[in-house]
Amino acid sequence: MTRPILEAKGLHVSFNGVRAADDVSIAVHDGEFLAIIGPNGSGKTTLLNICTGYIRPSSGSVVLDGHDITRLSPRAIARRGVARAFQIPQLFSAQRVIDNMMLALAATDGLWSVVQPLETASRRDEARALLELVGLADDAGRISSKLPEGHRKLMDIAVALALKPRLLLLDEPTSGVSALERFPLMEALMSALRQRRITALFVEHDMDVVARYASRVLVWSAGNIMAEGRPDEVFSNAQVRQRVVGVA
Amino acid sequence: MRTVTAAAAVLVLALLPVAAPWLQFVLTLAIAKGFAALGVAVLLRAGLISIGHAMFYAASAYGVAFLARAGVNDLGLLLILSVLGGALVGAVAGLFLVRYRAIFFAMLNLAVSMVFYALCAKLYGVTGGTDGMPVPVPAVFGVVLGEPAFKSVLFYLSLGLMVLIGLAVQRYLNSPLGHALAAVHTNEIRLEYLGIPVWAVLLIAYVISAALAGLGGAIAGFAIGRVVPDFAFWTASGHLVLIAVLGGIGGVPGAFIGALFLELLHSAAVTVTDSWNLIVGVTLIIVIMFMPQGVYGLLARKEAASL
Repeated sequence: MTRPILEAKGLHVSFNGVRAADDVSIAVHDGEFLAIIGPNGSGKTTLLNICTGYIRPSSGSVVLDGHDITRLSPRAIARRGVARAFQIPQLFSAQRVIDNMMLALAATDGLWSVVQPLETASRRDEARALLELVGLADDAGRISSKLPEGHRKLMDIAVALALKPRLLLLDEPTSGVSALERFPLMEALMSALRQRRITALFVEHDMDVVARYASRVLVWSAGNIMAEGRPDEVFSNAQVRQRVVGVA
Repeated sequence: MRTVTAAAAVLVLALLPVAAPWLQFVLTLAIAKGFAALGVAVLLRAGLISIGHAMFYAASAYGVAFLARAGVNDLGLLLILSVLGGALVGAVAGLFLVRYRAIFFAMLNLAVSMVFYALCAKLYGVTGGTDGMPVPVPAVFGVVLGEPAFKSVLFYLSLGLMVLIGLAVQRYLNSPLGHALAAVHTNEIRLEYLGIPVWAVLLIAYVISAALAGLGGAIAGFAIGRVVPDFAFWTASGHLVLIAVLGGIGGVPGAFIGALFLELLHSAAVTVTDSWNLIVGVTLIIVIMFMPQGVYGLLARKEAASL
């Protein structure tokens, strides 16, 4: 197995006595597409929040490329090449779709220029290419709050990709996306991840998506990792089938 | 089309004092307040309402008065120093204030400006108390002018600065930093996750807005010939917010259109009744009810419809 990009060691987090992470350790390896599955409220999103600096664990550490990032802010972690797509899309809703994309691109290639406009030919082309990748090319000129929820979800992923991350954390990438669009979205996403050599960690409830695209699966339950392995191994585990997948 | 309209508007403004000399003072003051209102409008883009920007307006005017007392007597130098002074005060206050949002930001700006007002009013030995301080007529590029000639120079210089600085601010608002400022209003979380430091985006905007208010205050000081604590009073700050809303917060011209509209309305209303505030108030209600995008928003919509 390749070296880990991200390692979480001995994480403890609880909210009002409910343990969201109880001595959890995970490693995300370079080039893998790691899925986290588990019942609602088991602490999956909390893990993403910890890894991106939004929540600080009461104990334990998060290490990115050998550097401890446990106490860093989301901003500092983003600058180290970790991007995030959210379960509820986080967009600049009053701005055009293309402006959202160009601002995300500018965050990595020249935010502080007050002379150059946001819209440059190279940024516009790059933004359009990303929108095309997720199937939103026709929405470029629309105000992002006017998009249907599924499209907003796709846009949230495109915004995260615009940061040119090394590690992408996705919180339920296919939720809110119609059944017809789900697999085309995942194909586009996987293609982008492979082309750009992006490692990904994703929380997902759709087991068909997990079975088809994940290279490894972690099963999260009540703040602990219940099972871990290749999708076929995990889905053949009787306990997982009963408690997570919902099939006896 | 927009450039032609703007150029025509500036030309009309330049010619108005020739036709009606009494308008020169009104228009100079309107441009001065327009600069300060533009500062307020910059912060409004981030959803932040400052009810304390008259502090920077007053601070620069006092700064000019102090510098003049100390022997600095060149209009250009005094205006540059007023902008730098406004920016410096803005940087100091902004370091503390940009951490707050919504009503807390508005109220803290108000509180800080009222502390400044109280200091100006009470430190009689330093600031002249409620009598204020004189702002003498400075030399223009080494040439000493009589007051009427200086007031004309001040008006046309203000008009030129309105165009140049207006274009510069428009450029800033169109830059990535300007878009990031507008994005603060809609989603700070996403900005942080893009690696963009929200506090720095806001601090830069705050310093720019304070510098603009400072420039306006210096021009007003020169136009009136005196600075008094009332420059920093909360009603003056409210007046600036009013102008920004009246003109329309969508673009740079809105602040100046709002200031011209309000100053001309004020000048007309005082000739009709002592209760001129009533006329101004009713007009504002009408604008808010029927032109939510402000006067500039209405003009921009008409222009878009004619395309």
